Amino acid sequence: MDSKGEKSGLINLSINGLDVSVEEGTTLLEGARFMGFPIPTLCHKDGLSPYGACRLCVVEIGEGAKTKLVSSCTYLAEEGLKVRTASSRVIRARRMILELLLASCPQSKTIQDLAAAYGVRQQRFRQEYEDCILCGLCVRMCEEQMMAKAIGFRGRGENRSIGVPFDIQSDVCRLCGACMYICPACQLRCTYTEPERAICGGCENLTPPCIEKEQFDDMMCYMQPCVACEIKKD
Amino acid sequence: MEKLKSIDDFRELQQRLTADRDLGIPSIVIPAGTCGQASGANDLIRITKRELLAKELTEKIHLRITGCHGFCEMEPSVLIEPRGTFYPKVGPNDMVRIIEAVARGETLEDLFFLDPVTGERVEIKNDIPFFKEQVRTLLSRNERIDPIRIYNYIENHGYSALARVLAHRSPEWVVKEIKASGLRGRGGAGFPTGLKWELLAKQPNGRSKLLVCNADEGDPGAYMDRSVLEGNPHSIIEGMLIGAYATGATEGVIYVRNEYPLAIKYLIIALQQARELGFLGEKTLGTRFSFDINLVRGAGAFVCGEETALIQSIEGKRGEPRQRPPFPVRKGIDGKPTAINNVETWANIPVIIESGALEFSKIGTKNNSGTKIFSLVGKIKNTGLVEVPMGITIEEIINRIGGGPVGRVKIKGVQTGGPSGGCIPAKMFDLPIDYESLTEAGSIMGSGGMIVMDEKTCMVDVAKYFMNFLKGESCGKCFPCRKGTQRMYEILDDISNRKGTLAHLDLLKELALAVKDTAMCGLGQTAPNPVLSTLRYFHDEYIEHIKDNRCPAGVCKELISYSINENCTGCLLCLKACPERAISGRKKERHAIDSNKCVKCGACTSICKFDAVDVR
Repeated sequence: MDSKGEKSGLINLSINGLDVSVEEGTTLLEGARFMGFPIPTLCHKDGLSPYGACRLCVVEIGEGAKTKLVSSCTYLAEEGLKVRTASSRVIRARRMILELLLASCPQSKTIQDLAAAYGVRQQRFRQEYEDCILCGLCVRMCEEQMMAKAIGFRGRGENRSIGVPFDIQSDVCRLCGACMYICPACQLRCTYTEPERAICGGCENLTPPCIEKEQFDDMMCYMQPCVACEIKKD
Repeated sequence: MEKLKSIDDFRELQQRLTADRDLGIPSIVIPAGTCGQASGANDLIRITKRELLAKELTEKIHLRITGCHGFCEMEPSVLIEPRGTFYPKVGPNDMVRIIEAVARGETLEDLFFLDPVTGERVEIKNDIPFFKEQVRTLLSRNERIDPIRIYNYIENHGYSALARVLAHRSPEWVVKEIKASGLRGRGGAGFPTGLKWELLAKQPNGRSKLLVCNADEGDPGAYMDRSVLEGNPHSIIEGMLIGAYATGATEGVIYVRNEYPLAIKYLIIALQQARELGFLGEKTLGTRFSFDINLVRGAGAFVCGEETALIQSIEGKRGEPRQRPPFPVRKGIDGKPTAINNVETWANIPVIIESGALEFSKIGTKNNSGTKIFSLVGKIKNTGLVEVPMGITIEEIINRIGGGPVGRVKIKGVQTGGPSGGCIPAKMFDLPIDYESLTEAGSIMGSGGMIVMDEKTCMVDVAKYFMNFLKGESCGKCFPCRKGTQRMYEILDDISNRKGTLAHLDLLKELALAVKDTAMCGLGQTAPNPVLSTLRYFHDEYIEHIKDNRCPAGVCKELISYSINENCTGCLLCLKACPERAISGRKKERHAIDSNKCVKCGACTSICKFDAVDVR
């Protein structure tokens, strides 16, 4: 089996004790998910280049005392690698990341769900109310799928943010809304066109309802003009 | 400058230059690196030039302007060769006297270095304890070389290692020799340089390979790379040429931070001269080997010292690390195999080839051979650059070379390895300095910063300082590093502001360990070190901050108060110095501080001559 596997370009590794053969160039995340092992991600989407920023997808590789955590979305399968997707070290790391996420972006349904799934029921830091977790999905979406490169990162460290150059409407932005569509932090907020999926429905409860207003002025909506509003108008 | 067409041409030039040297003529050597220039070396140079011309001494006394010699505390200094007389902290008027004395063949005893430990004056540079205890393989070359004169480098055995390798040795031999020397990367991680070269040499042919010199030295308080770049740029070029010959690389890049204008200037001159003489460019010294080096200037991000971020930066992208593997040696700049070494590593290469791997590996200890330059700064008598063999204890560096603490305050610990390093307490000063011991102690070798701290340094404040640095300098790409450093800072800030609880300490430790485990690059993985090491060795200090609301070092403003004790003579000095008029009192009567008005600026403490201001 081994020699045959090597000839056909297959790589043999072990995921959670299970022997697995995957094609060369497969990431650990793809391999594990193919085998049915769930790994949470926030900055990964099929069709976009792997980024490795949210670090939720960390898995433990190696054996004995020399194990380490790597992001499974960027790590390519290696021959003979021993991977554990849910060891205590992995879970501990993910729980701390989720706690940090909750402390910064408590309103996101995605993050709330993930935290609940990992049993994170409190966060011990000073509560912040940010929206963006800088996962970079929108930037990659805009560049790689929409071929626009309208938005990008600016600043570094605590000043890092996503935006358009000089904060003025970008000429290359086609208002396609893909950035909004893909955002894991806000995707479940602005769903006016599908009200049954909305978590707050805040926009419907505004007086006057925001749909009657010129724009989503005070809402958690990043589009100007708003896609939902545009669709409704048509 | 005429291009050298063959190795024989080079040897002839070198012989001619060496023969022309007249060692009998006294030389005035003025170190004018950035530190020297900042403290007035340029004035000394101007005065010397003027005096030598005016007194028609240009034939009798030579002047050499060099890079930093390492004793930055004593800049601007002057060295008189061949005797080796050392004059520290020379003023413009002293300079005129020195020149006159040199012309007469005399020395000026009142200007000699005053040893703060023994109280005696020492004339000869190498007798000064600061220099005597060091092993200065790299730094001693700075004294002999004018960085903007390639001939000066050549006459001091420069480029002979390259010529020997090109003439007699195969690339495989060079790699083997570097491996045998046991040289490990001086950038901090300590990866064996020979192994890295071997991996690069083994990369499939046909694709061009690159060498990079990482001169993006960003640690606060560390400047050893700068001194090598400014003092001896050709040693790096020669090192890279030898590396290129050994690995088959065709292009080189020196990535230097833009905050080092003098280093950039000297590098540009050195590269130009090396090209003119035929070392760089097509067909080095008429052989079949070709290599050229480009200079890339960094835009000021600390994280660009990390190798994958450095590659992105050289490619013209945002300086952000990416996940390894693939390692740069397989996929580096523009996807080409790239080997990245630190400035000090490159400077060591000609030394190894010159002296032989065996000789080199005799310095230091078994798995840590050679010397390492540290920048010794902080609360210590002699600050500056020290070059010591690996495996020397911290004790020896701090007490014998550094001269021990300033004043009566005891030394509490030393911070090594910059923001990613940790604090080592005084009780562990018998620790040998090598990669493994430091890592085990919770710190790192890093590029070689060494900040000495005494009892008046608050460890919570130190950790807070480094977190503040890192939360701004983290690239922000990966979440735990970006948010983790911010949150660690936040907790430390709370602790220093009476808001800390004991639960905070557990959270801090838990968070630090998680960041260490999950961050993407070296910066994030080592960022919690300042917190973890201070928590480990100075736990009591944290407890005191939280439980007793007291900062034992008297640094955290929220936790201290100023008062005047019975030592006060009523001199009115502090009263006048206080910007808030918080001090009251009459002449020859004990003063008092109004704690409501006091802003804890410390002006009274620093001006008081009688130790009468208590900080509690």
